Amino acid sequence: MPTLEIDGQEVTVKDGLNVIQAAEQVGIEVPHYCYHPGLSISGNCRMCLVEIENIPKLQIGCNTRVSDGMVVKTTSERAKHAQAAVLEFLLINHPIDCPICDQAGECKLQDYYMLYGAYKSEMSLEAKVHKGKVVDLGPEVVLDEERCILCARCTRFCDEITRTGELGIFERGDHSRISLFPGKKLDNPYSGNVVDVCPVGALTSKDFRFKSRVWYLEKTPSTCTRCATGCNIDIYHRRGEIFRFRPRQNSAVNAYWMCDEGRHWYKSFQQDSRIPTPLVRSESSFTVASWDEAGKKVAQAVRSTQDEHGADAVAAIIGAKATNEEAFLLSRLLREQIGSTHTAGLSWSPADAFHDDFLIHADKNPNTQGLKSLGLLNGGGEAEAVLAAAEQGQVKVLFILGADLVTVFGQERIDSALGETTVIVLDTDYNGTTEYADIVLPVATAVETDGTCTNQAGRVQRLSQAFPPPGEAKAGWEALALLSTQLDGPDSVSISDVFGELTHSVPSFSGLTYGKIGLQGAPLAGAGSETNS
Amino acid sequence: MAENVLLRHEDVPDIHKLDVYLAHDGYVAARKALTTLKPEEVTAQVKESNLRGRGGAGFPAGVKWGFLPKDSDKPVYLCCNADESEPGTFKDRAIIEKNTHTLLEGILITCYAINAHTAYIYIRGEFAYGAKCLEQALAEAYDQGLFGKDIFGTGFDLEVYVHRGAGAYICGEETGLIESLEGKRAYPRIKPPFPAVYGLFGCPTIVNNVETLACVPSIIKNGPDWFRSIGPESGPGPKIYGVSGHVEKPGMFELPMGMPLREVIYDYAGGIKDGKQLKAVMPAGSSFPVLTPDEIDVHMDFDSMRAIGAFLGTAGIIVMDEDTCMVRALKIIDRFYHHESCGQCSPCREGTGWLHKLLVRLEEGNGKVEDIDLIDRICTNMMGNTVCVLADAAAMPTQSYLTKFRDEFVAHVTEGGCRLKKAAAQPEAA
Repeated sequence: MPTLEIDGQEVTVKDGLNVIQAAEQVGIEVPHYCYHPGLSISGNCRMCLVEIENIPKLQIGCNTRVSDGMVVKTTSERAKHAQAAVLEFLLINHPIDCPICDQAGECKLQDYYMLYGAYKSEMSLEAKVHKGKVVDLGPEVVLDEERCILCARCTRFCDEITRTGELGIFERGDHSRISLFPGKKLDNPYSGNVVDVCPVGALTSKDFRFKSRVWYLEKTPSTCTRCATGCNIDIYHRRGEIFRFRPRQNSAVNAYWMCDEGRHWYKSFQQDSRIPTPLVRSESSFTVASWDEAGKKVAQAVRSTQDEHGADAVAAIIGAKATNEEAFLLSRLLREQIGSTHTAGLSWSPADAFHDDFLIHADKNPNTQGLKSLGLLNGGGEAEAVLAAAEQGQVKVLFILGADLVTVFGQERIDSALGETTVIVLDTDYNGTTEYADIVLPVATAVETDGTCTNQAGRVQRLSQAFPPPGEAKAGWEALALLSTQLDGPDSVSISDVFGELTHSVPSFSGLTYGKIGLQGAPLAGAGSETNS
Repeated sequence: MAENVLLRHEDVPDIHKLDVYLAHDGYVAARKALTTLKPEEVTAQVKESNLRGRGGAGFPAGVKWGFLPKDSDKPVYLCCNADESEPGTFKDRAIIEKNTHTLLEGILITCYAINAHTAYIYIRGEFAYGAKCLEQALAEAYDQGLFGKDIFGTGFDLEVYVHRGAGAYICGEETGLIESLEGKRAYPRIKPPFPAVYGLFGCPTIVNNVETLACVPSIIKNGPDWFRSIGPESGPGPKIYGVSGHVEKPGMFELPMGMPLREVIYDYAGGIKDGKQLKAVMPAGSSFPVLTPDEIDVHMDFDSMRAIGAFLGTAGIIVMDEDTCMVRALKIIDRFYHHESCGQCSPCREGTGWLHKLLVRLEEGNGKVEDIDLIDRICTNMMGNTVCVLADAAAMPTQSYLTKFRDEFVAHVTEGGCRLKKAAAQPEAA
């Protein structure tokens, strides 16, 4: 635990940190481009030059391990001068195309340029070194060689993280450029990360480029629900529209990265198939209903079935895309308020789903572990058993939350199982199963609700509402709280309220609070603190 | 000096052939080292001789060898730096081509001293003939059991490989060389760790210049005292001075360290060509400050050169006469560094190109007076702020040209180009 002085502030940090990391702990940003905490030290940009007492030459902060008694000056005249000089070198051949550059607004060249004096360029545009524009690297990424400052973050990412080695630096001196090795394409399942690590506008995302200026976007920290890994993300959105997902650092889960599949997952939340209002079936078609009407219909169906056929005639199938809170509320409704034993979890993924040993999990559900903790999944035949009971006429009312049974079990099976059953579907979008519904309750997607999911390693992580759901749709937990009150059960006023109730009734959640989970998540009791970085 | 050590071919024809070399005390020093001395005794003798690295930096060779970790279980490698690419420098090439076995014997003794069983000679790609010479000499020496297994029956094994570079100045930087040898781009490494600790394939490695290694046999054969008796105590030994440019007799001269530069130019290289006046000398290849005629009484050794703000470098002496345009000369130098900057560090990658552009502009007469100060400022900003010293190697001569020949740079602005060029274009006045 070395104690050192940085810009006059004394700080004690853990062993093995470099100057940039140590300075960060006291809120000092040492300017840098090539340094990235998730990648090896390259030391090429020279932007992080700092003065260290008793060392005559300026040292690069990224490659300088702090030691006890070290006196670091990151803003001394010498250090500032060197940093400004390096910036001038980086900009001397840089195009002046910020107005059409996608990176504008989140560009470190812009940021430091504003900080270091905003001087006039000594180089005319014609005299600058000209290189390739709009170079296609692969399905995700486009390169502008002129904007590139050759920090080698992208090449290091492909060498060290994906170990796919598509990118290299070619040629020499100021003609150096990033390029693909012959015969290669940047098409690994994580290629989008190179756009994130690029500190300038050289690598841009084909999906995001030219769609929006970044300063118009709001950023909401959340968790990716594409698979059971639960990579931490930031949702970038404006007026109820998502423009991109980007990975958010979590050393216990995804480090700094996410997969391309997850990156594109935002599109699944804004399709035309969204259900705008509660629907109640009359004859053969749906009619729009208010939440109150629909809720009353649900209560009525449940009560009359209970009276006529007993509590076990009411059943529920809960998909593993439901949050812990949604699953908890629905299972409590069934088990405690109605007294049914027929509550089943359903975690289904395509058999051939792509997965690897890094971040992409074969389980394409965000909350399989959560359903297990809630006792809804134990072996996997639970939903099957409910369907079998339905086929034998034992299930008269079936709640289906966040699961498309038609995709999982096939049309024929569902026909025979649900033909005579009153089906209540809580979901975001129309799907095969809503065709069988008698009552449809529109709920929010994972980006429109608060809540938690438990990832494959047993880490409870928060989803955050980026914006409210469209139309009359409600957050799942709110919809279920409403159903609870309709059936004379307790109400829930907030997500932390629901979570609190959950921790009281599910032992593995004990000790956690919604606040404690925070933005980095927390392991369930008994879950290994397995890291994935 | 009595007999050449480094340029022995001038005394003994065909010394590059093994039988001739053996007939002239060839491999006597190696046999002595391997059969009568312990490795640390060899290192001690080299340390005592105060042999300083001939690649340009002048670091004491024995001290460098002493940096190898004592307790490492990794193999130790020797890399012979034969990537001679410094402008105006051609000393190593002569040793490689004409005194091949002196170098090989030096490699053998050095490997024994540092306990290396593998040595790589990293030779500049353009030296195709030199590589052939090395291969041939090695084949002969292997045949005689001078390399390979159980050398001189001592149980000491050594394999030597000749590796041809692919043509970049930066491959001569010792960590760039190592990277290149490993099959990568020759991006110099951040130091520390130094190669002695973490070098080739992550193993302890010594990188020595050809001329340095070629000095080693003579030290073992004649003793460190003999070596120290040649030239100044602070950096003794025989030295090849390579003189090029506007002299009557360009070439290589093996002389003691510390020769006055004036003597080398006027007594050995025959003085300035066609009786013209001397204008400038680059005494150390192109990477160090230029000297003016009133500075050439300096002695050519590491410390005396440092004392006047210059460097010995490779002692590749580039002589320029009165008709040389210093703006054009500097432009050519900076074109070289622009071409050869590896591009790893921003200040060097962008700075070398920027300097070159400004000098082109100045030389063509399109520059501004402020450009001169801008060049100076770029140099200051490049120096000392990069992984390796290529940035300094570009900046140092540039700044010295501006300081020492400022009038000429200003004149290129005020007169819209080069006075000398215009004069040369004019027909002789009657």
